[in-house]
Amino acid sequence: MADVSLRAVRKSYGKTEVIHGVDIDIADGEMIVIVGPSGCGKSTLLRMVAGLEDITAGEIGIGGRVVNDLEPRERDIAMVFQNYALYPHMSVRQNLAYGLKIAKMDKVEIARRVDKAATLLQIGEYLNRKPRQLSGGQRQRVAMGRAIVREPSVFLFDEPLSNLDAKLRVQMRMEIKNLQHELGVTALYVTHDQVEAMTMADRMIVMNAGVAEQIGAPLEVYNNPQSKFVGGFIGSPPMNFLPTGAVTAPASTTEIGVRPEHLRFCAPGAGLFDGTLKFQEALGAEMLLHLQDATGRVIVMRVETRDAPALGTETVSVTADPADILFFDANGKRA
Amino acid sequence: MSMVEKKGASVWLTHIGLILGILVMCFPIWFAFVASTVTQHDIIRPPLPLMPGPHLIENYKRALLEGVNTPVWKMLVNSSIMALGITIGKISISIISAYAIVYFRFPFRMVFFWLIFLTLMLPVEVRILPTYEIAAGLGLLNSHAGLIFPLIASATATFLFRQLFMTIPDELVEAARIDGAGPMRFFWDILLPLSRTNIAALFVILFIYGWNQYLWPLLVTTDPEMNTIVMGIKQMFPSGDDLADWPVIMATAILAMLPPAAVVLFMQRLFIKGLVESEK
Repeated sequence: MADVSLRAVRKSYGKTEVIHGVDIDIADGEMIVIVGPSGCGKSTLLRMVAGLEDITAGEIGIGGRVVNDLEPRERDIAMVFQNYALYPHMSVRQNLAYGLKIAKMDKVEIARRVDKAATLLQIGEYLNRKPRQLSGGQRQRVAMGRAIVREPSVFLFDEPLSNLDAKLRVQMRMEIKNLQHELGVTALYVTHDQVEAMTMADRMIVMNAGVAEQIGAPLEVYNNPQSKFVGGFIGSPPMNFLPTGAVTAPASTTEIGVRPEHLRFCAPGAGLFDGTLKFQEALGAEMLLHLQDATGRVIVMRVETRDAPALGTETVSVTADPADILFFDANGKRA
Repeated sequence: MSMVEKKGASVWLTHIGLILGILVMCFPIWFAFVASTVTQHDIIRPPLPLMPGPHLIENYKRALLEGVNTPVWKMLVNSSIMALGITIGKISISIISAYAIVYFRFPFRMVFFWLIFLTLMLPVEVRILPTYEIAAGLGLLNSHAGLIFPLIASATATFLFRQLFMTIPDELVEAARIDGAGPMRFFWDILLPLSRTNIAALFVILFIYGWNQYLWPLLVTTDPEMNTIVMGIKQMFPSGDDLADWPVIMATAILAMLPPAAVVLFMQRLFIKGLVESEK
């Protein structure tokens, strides 16, 4: 267990800089989710903490110790990979024990830890199987087990659920969160899935093009995105962006943002947007309405299914409470 | 209807075709075996005997213990040492070279790779004179080392291992690094077990390659004591007007076939088992 600190961490491949200085202090036992679109540098950042990538500039500390020049094994971390990276020729037990065996741990202690992790993850009955004899979910648990037996200071997860089907992903997401909470181990979790980020994080880092656009608790990031990118990336469907129009806004405002659930119908011409209903997505209790105006701009509105109007050419107008409207400037930052 | 269910005349025809093919392939071996069980007199008197005679034990004993120039058991030992030396040497060197080329960044890495790759295009025969010169200079003539070392590098095997290693996911290497496995441990604990299938396949191919070497042993060994069996058979043919001792020569030919056949039979199982089990 340890805190982790990143100080102006940068990464370049040759002359191309891919991480442009990331700073964060992660408290002991905290679960931090790094989320962003592919190519934003989130995996690279994680791999730098793991010691699998060199740090071009800046400093990474684990438990108060600068680890820039330490080998992965000396950093007291454990990592779970997207494709699990289990050793195919070893049984589950050997997979779990391998790191401990290399560390020359006492055999009795190894067996104790492996059995404990196996019980915790309910993989006890598979200990003598080879990875190929396991399902995706079971392999995932073994990969988790390999991280747990090391009893590390920090868990690093690199998109560990991407190879699972949707249902299993939801289940494992809660299990990982619970497990991390129970063990009280600091965790860094990388994902491209904003739902995963929202549901698992104590705090999340939203990354875009090598920059940490915003760091904060999930709801804080959702309700108060600091940039147009964050507003558009977090939340599904994403935030709607509209011209300022008649709204009273700070001088530098070029666009306003409204979440789909904050839109409501209003008298014609009195709202933020007038358009026709082009498309309905029925989710069950709720429905997503795609409205298109004369210029071709499309916005998405979330309403209760029973409130949804019929598809048609009739113009509908929508508005939102002033408190729910966010203002963005020409640089995509909050105005 | 699938191919397997095909019935009637075509099944018989294909089987007859196959059986005829097998007979044609096997007849010379059968005849060699028959010739190794009769006397010299039976062989040179027409018609050719087609059924085994009563002299099997006598002929094989004579071949193994006396031979023509040198007892065949010595040639078998020489051949075994050479074939195993070449096989084990080739596999060890090529797996280590492939490991270096795939997993380590060192200056001129690709130059070395292409140098190795280039030698694929140069068979033993092309470089046989300079190789002989070097072997002679190092005093390797008429020695097991001289039989083995010039043939021990293998571009093919290096290339095969390189291709295999490149299919092993990077994440496996990284997982091992995080588990604390250094380069040597990674090689022994992970790479070597994952290469088992390829090693078995190469063992079969290279053992036969080593066993069947003819030209190089012919050049590098002049002492009959160092003859290998494949070249030794040729050495048994008499020069001038002497009579060839056909039963002994044929017994030697049969003996020369047994070890490669045994390797194929035995390793085939391991080979297939490895194929079935392998999954990365």
